[in-house]
This record gives sequence, structure tokens and C-alpha cells, in this order.
Amino acid sequence: MPRTHFSPSITTRPVYPGLTSQGATPAILLADGAGAEAILDLAAQDRSVMDRAHLMFIPAGTDFGPRLAALNPRMYREAPSFAACLERFRKALADAHMGTQLYLAGTEGLIGQATAEALAAGLPADAIQSEHRGHIARRMQCVHCKGMTENVTTDPFVCSHCGLTLFVRDHFSRRLGAFQGVCVDAETPGLIPPVQEIKP
Amino acid sequence: MSAQMLRVTAREALSPLVTRFRFEHPEGAALPLFSGGAHVVVEMPDGDVLRRNAYSLISDPLDGSGYEIAVRREDGGRGGSVFLHRQVVVGDLLRISAPLNLFALDLRAKKHVMIAGGIGITPFVAQLKQLARLQMPFELHYAARSRAEAAGLALLPDLPQIHVHISDEGNRMDLGAVLGGQPLGTHVYTCGPEGLIDAVAETAARLGWPRGALHSEVFMAPPPGTPFTVTLARSGRTVTVGAHQSLLEALEAAQVPVDWSCRGGACGRCETGVSACHGQLEHHDHWLSDDEKSSQTKIMPCVSRFRGDTLILDL
Repeated sequence: MPRTHFSPSITTRPVYPGLTSQGATPAILLADGAGAEAILDLAAQDRSVMDRAHLMFIPAGTDFGPRLAALNPRMYREAPSFAACLERFRKALADAHMGTQLYLAGTEGLIGQATAEALAAGLPADAIQSEHRGHIARRMQCVHCKGMTENVTTDPFVCSHCGLTLFVRDHFSRRLGAFQGVCVDAETPGLIPPVQEIKP
Repeated sequence: MSAQMLRVTAREALSPLVTRFRFEHPEGAALPLFSGGAHVVVEMPDGDVLRRNAYSLISDPLDGSGYEIAVRREDGGRGGSVFLHRQVVVGDLLRISAPLNLFALDLRAKKHVMIAGGIGITPFVAQLKQLARLQMPFELHYAARSRAEAAGLALLPDLPQIHVHISDEGNRMDLGAVLGGQPLGTHVYTCGPEGLIDAVAETAARLGWPRGALHSEVFMAPPPGTPFTVTLARSGRTVTVGAHQSLLEALEAAQVPVDWSCRGGACGRCETGVSACHGQLEHHDHWLSDDEKSSQTKIMPCVSRFRGDTLILDL
């Protein structure tokens, strides 16, 4: 799956410029699903990225695992979900030193949450690279009940916590790693626009 | 630029070349507080020349009872530091600007690493007081040629986080060791000679540090050069700049108003447009980008000069 190109939006909407090798510096790499292909492309671009790399992969139903393991990073681990991977990711950040690069690849939910964790751990924003691959479903926070709904693919959608019908905004919370969903029929209760698929 | 007359209430030799001065309000009024890394501009009426030099404050940022600076005597300099050392005594009144900080701590950092070379220790003396109050992790590395010259030793508290590197005692600073292995969220601040600042930038780049975590300040005196003449576009007047005078000083002497702040090529306040330039601008500032410098359309009159036929400024 090639790199996703998103249509222009508000300036605060995250963009994912793609992964560029910083050479054999210490590196943490985290990918989910089709994001594996961005890691494979990165390694093809510069093999030395793997010399001091800790690579974590969430397969999400894909079978890229053996190909990533074959890149021979210093450490390779798979996890079934970001939640399951989180303790390992946090430990890797806690042990890291300045000069460590973070490469993130895959879905917006993964990139957003991992970026928030890394910034909170003190990693400078200019040491974080990201590339979007795979599905464009969003991780949405309901601004009313604060609940998170994962894998939102339509606009509007129904909040999985409070049941309000929410408009999918491009307004993104870096702290939460989630887009903001706002009640779509607050002014005109019951008047809900037709449901559309989210586009890149 | 707001400034007020302050009285010299103390002076003390810290080393053969460095003297500490304390300034207080003549009526004892509280002075504006500041943040670690801030500087003031001291005005020195030296005969018919009005000298203005910027000095980092070394007193406690939250102590408004006075301002303190440490001045190194530059015998080969333009005369400001020599004036302070030779002419200024306790009781004198000097015009001192309000503090301005171009070298503040980035308070988003989780740890602060400060690297000082020689008299570059001064901004860190105030920052240490700020960091002690904030209870934030830090390290200070202070490099000096010899113990006798290391005036900072008299200003620094005795703390295990403070490392002194005296090169003629054989413990030169190893930047690779200082910058390697710092935890995530560390910011590095360097103040001292340009060579030290460049060396820190190179070592950090080699270790993969992002540029946003690096901060530096170099206080530069306007370098001398050959005299030159500038033309002012609006009035058509010409102003001649002497060999040991800066363009800014020549404009001030000619009563041409130019906004300024740091007078050391760092803050950007005196940026002036160039409407025509037949010759070579000698850029010495740290403000304009390389592209702006090579385009020869802007000049920082506080430190930069000109060599060539005609220079017309948008003034």
C-alpha cells in the first residue's frame, strides 16, 4: 500500500511527511498494519537504520512480521494492539537518550498516540518522523463526554460512549492523539446530515 | 527602550581581568525582575563618545533590590569594558536599560545542560538561581584556560552538578561525554567563544540531537574595519563610519533614529533595509539567514560593515 496523501486542511491537522533515514543513530520504530511497508522502504533506503533499532510491530491482520524480523534490528517485538505494546514503548522511551530517532508508520490512531507518548517522555518533536500507510479510520474524542471512539470511518458517527451523533472535525489534540468530534445536531435536534465515508 | 539611572553600589575584583558591579535605584526603588539569561545595556559617557555595551545579569532574577554584572576587561576592545574598569566607582550614576532576555531557559525541557566558556559563564549564574527555585535537573560545564582566569569560580555555588574544566590543569571538556547519554527532553545552552558554540553544535549533530534542543548566545562587540560611507535614501544625507565605530554608532552620532536592543547582532531589532549596494556587505550578525545575507538587501547596523563603492540604506 503506498503512502497516503491527505487533502489540504487546517494548519493544525497533523501531516505525515514520510520516513527519511537518520543513519545508524539509536532508533525506536513502531508500525501497525500496512505501516510495515514504510519500514521496509526505509530499510531499503538505508540499511544502517536497523543497526541500533528497536522495532515494534502491531500486525493488525497483516503478515509483514517475518519480513520485518528479517531486517535484523537490534530488537524486534510484535504486539496485538497499541495498548498491549504501550508498556514496552514507554520503557524504550524511558531508557532512550537524546539523539534517539523515533520512526512511526501506519494509521493515524497509532501515530497520534505514539507521538503524544513520546512528547510526554521528552522526545523533541523534531526527532519524530511519521508516515501514514493503510486505512484512514480516525481515533475520535467526543468533546462532550470525552470518550474515545476508535476506527471511525464515517462522518457523522455515533459516539460509542454517550450516543450523540458527532461531526468529524480535522481539529486534532496532540495531547490525546485524537481528532475532536462535536455534536452535529445540537442546534437542530434530530436533523442529521447524510452519513458519508471519511476521505483522505 | 526604557532605561533608568542607577547607582553603582559595589564593585569587586573577581579575577585580575573580571570585575563585578552592582547597580541599585538611587532612591531604593525595586527594579523590574527578569529571567535567567537576561542582559542589560549599560550606557557609558566616555568623553564625547556614548558607549553602550550589553552585559548578562548575574544576580538573582527574583531579587529586584539591584542588578549585578561581571565585566571582563578587554584591553584590545573598543573601550567600554576598560571604561567600566578604570572610570566607574561606587557612587556613580549610569544609565541602565530594562532587562531583555534573548537566552532564556526553555522551560519545556526536562533537564538543562549549560556549557560555558570563559566569561560566557555570566548568563548561567542567574539561570542557576532560577533552576534552583524551579528544582529542575541541570548540569553546568564551565571551561576556562586557567584557575586564575576563571572568574566564574567566585560566582558559582559548590554543587555536584557543576563541573569545572581547567585546560592548563589537563581536564579539558569532552563534549562527546557531556552530550552522549543525556536523557530525553534535555536542552543544551552554550555561551562563550564562537569556536565552543560551533563545537557543541557539531558534536550534537553527530550524536543525532535535533537542532531545536540547542541554544546559544555569543555576545559580540562590533568588529572594527576600514572606514566607509553610507547614504540615507530618505534624506539623501551621507554618514561616514569610522574604523572603530559601528554603523549603528555612526547613525546615532548623526542623530538618525534606529531602533536597537542587544547591539550584538543577535536580537534582530536594528534590521535595516538596503536599497542599493555596490560592493560587499560584511555581515557579522547571527540574525539574518544565509539567503538574506547573500541577497545583500538587509543589514544589521550594530555589527555589520560595508566595503565597496556605494551603500544606500532605507533610512
